[in-house]
Amino acid sequence: MDKKNNLKVYQNEKTVITVNEDWCKSCGICIHFCPKKVLVSNEKGFPEAKNIDDCIHCMLCELRCPDFAINVEKKEKTVEHIVNQKGLED
Amino acid sequence: MNNSITQYFRKEMFPHIWCPGCGIGIILGSMLRAIQSTGWEKDEVVMVSGIGCSSRITGYVDFNTMNTTHGRALPFATGIKMANPALKVITVMGDGDCAAIGGNHFIHSARRNIDITAIIINNMIYGMTGGQYSPLTPTGKLGSTAPYGNIDQSFDIAALAASAGASYVARGNVFDVNQITHFIKKALLKKGFSVVEIIADCPISFGRINQLRTPVQMLEWIKSITVAKRVWEGLPEEEKAGKIPTGEFLDIDIPEYTEKYQETCNRIQQGRREK
Repeated sequence: MDKKNNLKVYQNEKTVITVNEDWCKSCGICIHFCPKKVLVSNEKGFPEAKNIDDCIHCMLCELRCPDFAINVEKKEKTVEHIVNQKGLED
Repeated sequence: MNNSITQYFRKEMFPHIWCPGCGIGIILGSMLRAIQSTGWEKDEVVMVSGIGCSSRITGYVDFNTMNTTHGRALPFATGIKMANPALKVITVMGDGDCAAIGGNHFIHSARRNIDITAIIINNMIYGMTGGQYSPLTPTGKLGSTAPYGNIDQSFDIAALAASAGASYVARGNVFDVNQITHFIKKALLKKGFSVVEIIADCPISFGRINQLRTPVQMLEWIKSITVAKRVWEGLPEEEKAGKIPTGEFLDIDIPEYTEKYQETCNRIQQGRREK
């Protein structure tokens, strides 16, 4: 069985959130205790990073996940990102 | 996955057997993060467990592991430590495994102050066998063998370990996950018998019969009954009932057993050589 099939990746320019749906048991801990309400439950009960732009990388979902199914990574900032964010172009 | 604690997994065994939302998975993660932060090699860590839900942990991690008989994790761990004191020996026990069936072994390991880290996963029930009440079920809570409420008093594992002679005693809960990682790390690095009791959720065997059906409800309940030790000390007596203090209860340096044993051996052999 190929375990990679059900690895869902959600990302924006700052964050990568992966959910391993083969390991997730839909307990709902990550969804309920997310301080920024980034995660919502999809039709199967698995977490989906709908509001990924609000993620503050507190990692509480990853730390509290009993099934090691969710993983949050902060993307290393690119030069363009820092320039855009701080308005250094002028 | 680039989650670095996955290096300690026996990946072919996953997904694991525990119920959805079980606190044992959260504790396994904390334990692996603590072991990772010490920088120990996989080959120098030994993990010993007894019987029960919590004891399945040894099947999922890629250390030297041993799944032993019910309540006897500590005697086996004592043997391993005495045979090779350089190994880092960790025992993982449940509340029934440690406080009921292995209660005697627990107090005597603490009395010897042998350098073992005992992690006690307290889910307040015998989860695997169907929800019988354990010595750590709070008074008044329901179990399948206590359908009208448990009338027993529950053990205070932290006070028991401290009075029996351990060097490090702490209690945490699965909700405050960074705190338990910190406690486990301190316990691992402590020379002597160190105990970390962790209050865990059991939404199936404990939760269903006590109207805490979902993992989220159980974690909210655990959050509501645990208070930090320094806050607990200031509470009036009537408010202390039903609350569990968390924090570090003991952190002392006293002579360790394998070192004392080695010193005795050296002394006797020295005496023989001089004759």
